[in-house]
Amino acid sequence: MSKNKVLLTDPLDDNNPITVQVLGICSALAITVQLKAAIVMSLSVVAVMAASNVIVSILRNLIPNRIRIIVQLVVVASMVVLVDEVLRAYAYDVSKELSIFIGLIITNCIVMGRLEAFALGNGVWRSFLDGVGNAFGYGAILILVAFFRELFGSGNLLGIQVIPDALYEMGYVNNGLMLLSPMALITVGLIIWVQRSRNRKLIEKG
Amino acid sequence: MNRDSNSYTFTFAALMVLVVASVLAFTAHSLKDLQDDNIRKEKMQNILSTVGINIDREGAENLFNKYITEQSAVQSDGSIDNSVNVFKDVNLALELKKPAEDQDFPLYVAQIENEKYYIIPIRGNGLWNAIFGYISIKEDLNTIKGVVFDHVGETAGLGAEITQDWFKERFIDEKLFDSEYNLMGIKVSKTNNDPSNLDKSDHEVDFISGATITCDGVTDMIKERINHYVPYFKSIKESSNSLALSIQEISKNEIKLN
Repeated sequence: MSKNKVLLTDPLDDNNPITVQVLGICSALAITVQLKAAIVMSLSVVAVMAASNVIVSILRNLIPNRIRIIVQLVVVASMVVLVDEVLRAYAYDVSKELSIFIGLIITNCIVMGRLEAFALGNGVWRSFLDGVGNAFGYGAILILVAFFRELFGSGNLLGIQVIPDALYEMGYVNNGLMLLSPMALITVGLIIWVQRSRNRKLIEKG
Repeated sequence: MNRDSNSYTFTFAALMVLVVASVLAFTAHSLKDLQDDNIRKEKMQNILSTVGINIDREGAENLFNKYITEQSAVQSDGSIDNSVNVFKDVNLALELKKPAEDQDFPLYVAQIENEKYYIIPIRGNGLWNAIFGYISIKEDLNTIKGVVFDHVGETAGLGAEITQDWFKERFIDEKLFDSEYNLMGIKVSKTNNDPSNLDKSDHEVDFISGATITCDGVTDMIKERINHYVPYFKSIKESSNSLALSIQEISKNEIKLN
């Protein structure tokens, strides 16, 4: 059990896909302007990763070795199209907002990385946990970054104003730079800094 | 079974494609109704937003039926065809491909309290793909009440900014026609002398830096589309003028009689 639990908890901290493996940075920059978009993106990635990890793991003894990357790509792509179709039917506004980024889950290095490195060599249940764990690790950072960007960039959280008007009257101004991609990179950098100063294991020797 | 043989690889790939294709086709087909419904309601939402009614997508249908009192297809000679269900059946993208004399020009009329607005769908070309929207005109058939723009694939942060409120607000109260009722359109202009947009009769609004082609597209589509409605607008103006005249005549006669 504990061995399986590690699959879920490890990607949250010690082996986080964004802050430790530095994968999936592109989408972390692109869709973290608003908390809501980041949450939906995270949930979509959870669904895509869990499903494609499970499918590839089921097929792992059948997939011809020479075309395994293509097979993985097809699995991920069809999962992504499914998520996109469902969002367009049930969460139209969000799907308009995320538009091409949903499609770009296909290119998210984390998804293919986990398929190749884990699902091809492990059982279905463990692959499922690994997919969910990594997607949560990715989503946690995404949501954290979006929290700071929306808070300082537009004074809102989930679209609701949280910074009181009184503060604006005293001369406080939203920082427009937070809404631009460079500040997402800097925010991710700060998160990595905080994480490493708390978790000494992560610091490279020498 | 030899997993590395060519025949196995080909069989696997073919089967995979077959399975994936049927799953995706099935999903797309079963969700299509819901997706189309969303698109339809969004269209209602867009039309309503030009006359200042902002409502979520779910409530749009009710208010649309309440406020949009007439829908008709204007013909190029200025006559009206009421037999067409323009909301459902007129696809502006397809109409634009026809010669002007064969096109149906959709017109929605909104009645909100005592105000009457004419809402015209517009469509044109941006930099990468189509841009489109709606423009609503007040009862004087000249002053803009509101606009809404959308696009298929303009550059995010540049051309895509035409959907933003701050850009749409620039059009409010601008005049489309000059004092002789010649169509001037609204020029999205680089050389606008009135950046704070106080002069509402200069037929110009400020430009978006870095979005030259998209902004020119907005200018062009407004002028090109509205131009087709001018004969109809003139006919309304004439009939209301003659109505006003005859009322004047009648009241004059009454005065004489007294």
